[in-house]
Amino acid sequence: MSQNLDILRTAEQLRTELGTDYREKLMESIYSNATEITTTSVTYDSKKTTMTFDRTLDRALTHPVGGFLMMGLMFFAVFWITITGANMPSAVLSELLLGTVYNLLHNFATLINMPLWMSGLLIDGVYLATAWVVAVMLPPMAIFFPLFTLLEDFGYLPRVAFNLDRLFARAGAHGKQSLSMMMGYGCNAAGVISTRIIDSPRERLIAIITNNFSICNGRWPTLILMGTIFVGATAPPALASFFAAMSVVTIAVLGIIMTLLVSWGLSKTWLKGEASVFSLELPPYRPPQILQTLYSSIIDRTLIVLWRAVVMAAPAGAVIWLISNVMIGDLSIAAHMVNLLNPLGVLLGLNGIILVAYIVAIPANEIVIPTILMLTLTLGNNIAGAQPGVMLELDQTQVYNVLTQVGGWTMLTAVNLMLFSLLHNPCSTTILTIWQETKNKKWTVVATVLPIVMGVIVTFSTSTLAHVFGLV
Amino acid sequence: MTTYPTSSCETCPAFNASMLKKMGVNIDNTDYVIALAGNPNTGKSTVFNALTGLRQHVGNWPGKTVTRAEGGFQFNDKTYKLVDLPGTYSLLSTSVDEEVARDFILFGQPNVTVVVVDATRLERNLNLVIQILEITDYVVVALNLMDEAKRHGIEVDDRHLSRALGVPVIPMVARQGQGVPELLQAIEDVSTGAYQPRPYRIQQNDPTLEEALNKMIHAIEEQYPNLPNVRWVALRLLDGDASIEQAIREDRLGVLTQASQSLSVDNVLPLEAVL
Repeated sequence: MSQNLDILRTAEQLRTELGTDYREKLMESIYSNATEITTTSVTYDSKKTTMTFDRTLDRALTHPVGGFLMMGLMFFAVFWITITGANMPSAVLSELLLGTVYNLLHNFATLINMPLWMSGLLIDGVYLATAWVVAVMLPPMAIFFPLFTLLEDFGYLPRVAFNLDRLFARAGAHGKQSLSMMMGYGCNAAGVISTRIIDSPRERLIAIITNNFSICNGRWPTLILMGTIFVGATAPPALASFFAAMSVVTIAVLGIIMTLLVSWGLSKTWLKGEASVFSLELPPYRPPQILQTLYSSIIDRTLIVLWRAVVMAAPAGAVIWLISNVMIGDLSIAAHMVNLLNPLGVLLGLNGIILVAYIVAIPANEIVIPTILMLTLTLGNNIAGAQPGVMLELDQTQVYNVLTQVGGWTMLTAVNLMLFSLLHNPCSTTILTIWQETKNKKWTVVATVLPIVMGVIVTFSTSTLAHVFGLV
Repeated sequence: MTTYPTSSCETCPAFNASMLKKMGVNIDNTDYVIALAGNPNTGKSTVFNALTGLRQHVGNWPGKTVTRAEGGFQFNDKTYKLVDLPGTYSLLSTSVDEEVARDFILFGQPNVTVVVVDATRLERNLNLVIQILEITDYVVVALNLMDEAKRHGIEVDDRHLSRALGVPVIPMVARQGQGVPELLQAIEDVSTGAYQPRPYRIQQNDPTLEEALNKMIHAIEEQYPNLPNVRWVALRLLDGDASIEQAIREDRLGVLTQASQSLSVDNVLPLEAVL
């Protein structure tokens, strides 16, 4: 053991002899060694001007002004293609899963004399919730993910990170946070794990806390639906999907602004410090391998995310059915909850049903819209003939009618729901991941509660303003 | 005479490629452990997928792999466990991903470390290769993205490079599977000792550095005579690497002198540090 300490003592002594620039000298040696080996093994063909295409493209895509325009345009295009492309297959899937198969299941239940409570719980609860999630989520995801993966394979994401780096540095955060933010657009839990690329614990915490402001898969469908049936509907039919896509992009951009604001706030208060320097490599542009990308993004992302949603939706479906069928006094549990939360909901320009839906949907944001519809129908005048706890097959016009006529929704409700979808607590998987990555109660709580507080402030403000200016 | 074609086939990489059996996640009790290192975005995950048959998501941006991914393959009756490490530019700093890579190469003691290198950016990639050669002799360099290099008019003399580094250098286009059989053969040769590496050592510009390094090596060898990574440990101690100092204080370096495999690598950040 004493000999071990001898080693350390020798090291200490040699370090003082060598002085402080040891690391620099070592790096210098390594670099000059590398240069030497390279010059003797590499020859350049001077006739081929190297990488002109890459350079020109980089100059355009990372231009201080043009870069941001291109970025906006690119993401707008992705959402527009997703929204317009998903309409038809979504309708077909709803027809099949929520119509034909649903009826078949009920006929079968009657045939085998299944007790009513059981067919209610299994078919109207578990099956319908699952089918809804599949019908609503599968088509947009099957379009969105491959498009996003193609951009990724092509090498566009590091350019986005490069553009955003300046903003993150000014907010006192690490430039690599833009990469973990990108991951968050798929799934926040994955985004939180990807913050491991950030070396400084302070900057890593900022990246973890703000990752929730990247809208994840579970939330895109809510935004896309609200954008389509409320915002898009106010525009002339030819421009409807343009407006719908614009509203979704606006929320996504707002998310980026929130990320920067909160990062800035944290780095000025709780997590004080300077942004650390890092080098970000802009990889070469590569022609994407289209077939392989389609395959891997459908298998690895779409189906895995969908599976997660289904696993979450099935028990949630049972919960929804139970809370709307188990009575306490004259009212169901759901009705009690809605009544309790309604005053707060109205204050925020939302309503009690939306807040209950967000509580039920803590395990998976995917089921927010189905829960809202079902509760609106069963608690309001039952125009579509829903039984308690049954999530119905509704096309987009019917959804609009149910929400406005039965639910009393206005444009303010839709806009605030979009805002609240951006600004609320992370799902339970993400919270668990934050805990696993930080092993710290305080920061897990901060990351969970901070977005809700912001959501309450923002929706309260928009709703107050809308009332003051007489917009509602 | 009938044996002639067979023996000729045995040395032909194209024949041997058919001996590759992708084993996916089935990686218990393998004969050899292979680490996959390299700069970010050089195609490590592509090589990983080509060998194991797994489908690690491959992204065109640096920092995609932040943890280790493991998979297995079988080649010529030997089984291998392949560990995909996070991409790093160097092994001298302290971010979590670099530590995962460095600790695995040092403490995990892989039989072979395959360093995937971007042929279009050889100079910068060699910085990492040179550092890894200080930790372990058993290195195979996979010179990837040869197609892009060609497109940009860059020609790399892989045989010269191999002589200079003292380890096998395999030109590859991993995306198209080119060079995979040759890579497998090189991995086998280095694992079994059929190929004896004569690794390149850092040529110090400053003679006082070399002198100090030798003194340091001497001091360590007195205590740990069989330490295989002694030059690296010495280099790090001169830099005041806290984790190596800790390992010495706890007498954990002794582990390295025995043939041990894959120490677990802890990824959890010491967040208490910022509070």
